[in-house]
Amino acid sequence: MIDKSVSSVADAVAGIPDGATVMIGGFGRAGQPVELIDALIEQGAGDLTIVSNNAGNADVGIAALLAKRRVRRVICSFPRQSDSWVFDGLYREGAIELELVPQGNLAERIRAAGAGIGAFFTPTGVGTQLAEGKETREIDGRVYALEYPIKADVALISAFKADRWGNLIYRETARNFGPIMASAAVTTVVQVDEIVQLGRLDPETVVTPGIFVDRVVALGERPWLKDGVFIGGVDLHGRPLESAHDRAEAEGGA
Amino acid sequence: MTTQLSRQELAKRIASDIPEGSYVNLGIGAPTLVANDLPEDQEIILHTENGMLGMGEAPETARVDPDLVNAGKQPVTALAGASYFHHADSFGMMRGGHLDVCVLGAFQVAENGDLANWSTGALGAIPAVGGAMDLAIGAKHLYVMMDLLTKQGESKLVTTCSYPLTGLGCVSRVYTDFAVFDVTPNGFAVRELFGDNTVGELSELLTLELADETHAARA
Repeated sequence: MIDKSVSSVADAVAGIPDGATVMIGGFGRAGQPVELIDALIEQGAGDLTIVSNNAGNADVGIAALLAKRRVRRVICSFPRQSDSWVFDGLYREGAIELELVPQGNLAERIRAAGAGIGAFFTPTGVGTQLAEGKETREIDGRVYALEYPIKADVALISAFKADRWGNLIYRETARNFGPIMASAAVTTVVQVDEIVQLGRLDPETVVTPGIFVDRVVALGERPWLKDGVFIGGVDLHGRPLESAHDRAEAEGGA
Repeated sequence: MTTQLSRQELAKRIASDIPEGSYVNLGIGAPTLVANDLPEDQEIILHTENGMLGMGEAPETARVDPDLVNAGKQPVTALAGASYFHHADSFGMMRGGHLDVCVLGAFQVAENGDLANWSTGALGAIPAVGGAMDLAIGAKHLYVMMDLLTKQGESKLVTTCSYPLTGLGCVSRVYTDFAVFDVTPNGFAVRELFGDNTVGELSELLTLELADETHAARA
């Protein structure tokens, strides 16, 4: 019997070695596997290379991992944000390396790794600083730059539901990097709300087939859903609305 | 020369140039204002590069969904007919030339259509590019929405960009607070003047040669 489910986030991130390249899904907070990142911090692996769209927000998730100085290098498209003070500090101190990659090239390099592509020519970035020194080729009158795949030892991603074979469905724009990162890592670890009985995910709607997934851990329903239905009442970080005004609006809106 | 449109007026002007049925990406910042002025009786589909077509307006506070955000990581809603997809598909849509219009902000646009909008090149600044370079080269029509002048009064339309480039020869039209400019093989052409501005005055202000296409645009 195949059973990719594990019972805790600690089991989910067990064995990640120092020096590993770790892909972390998410676009800002949406789809960021915060609980798995917290477990990785607890697990203790260091000298990591992180591949993610951003380099952490506020003091949680990737930012918390960075703050513990477990990360040697970040490959991302958009490190600087209003709340990226952890990354900003380390970068200015010279304590972290950055490879800046245009977002579409980042996605395609990850996809290429998962799809067994050796390299590809892309028009994005041609003639800019970010393509300096790269091999170029003119094809049908347009100039393209050569880009190589990005592989990882581990991918940490967040999906909505799984089954024990590792089939995944996502929720809304929290899908973002999940499907491509799942395919590009040697070991793909997924946090979900629920692991449903085999056969309960409609094969027509499975987004990531289980072949790309190695470990799944269920964390319970996200706070802005109740029995699978959106109820809201949270802020963008998923925290309950607190002010009287917010509560009143929440009651009126729910 | 005194006439300048406000950001809101300019957003409305841009919205009026987007035909029904278009697939459109509105960049972070001022371009997102264009969404408010798209005609409600027409179907124009907004793309957000983090993975959705059919993006709707922001929800009320109590209906914020942390899983449903736009490229600026702000909460949005999904219209009937919306679809979700992963990042590689989303940027494939863009790079593959499937989007009709993209509206972006800019630091500078050169008369050959080069765009600089991701970095001022300041020493010590932390670089961040996001989807800017993909957006620049991806859409069939790239419209820039920006103030014509910097806060110091310098022209943002230039002969050659001094800021780091985002994309080469990619801008098709520039909407500014003073006028609308087309990028042509012969440089900038004034397509539309706002208020009492004249082509001659703008040319002097910007120290650029400007073709007068205002009649052609009206025809």
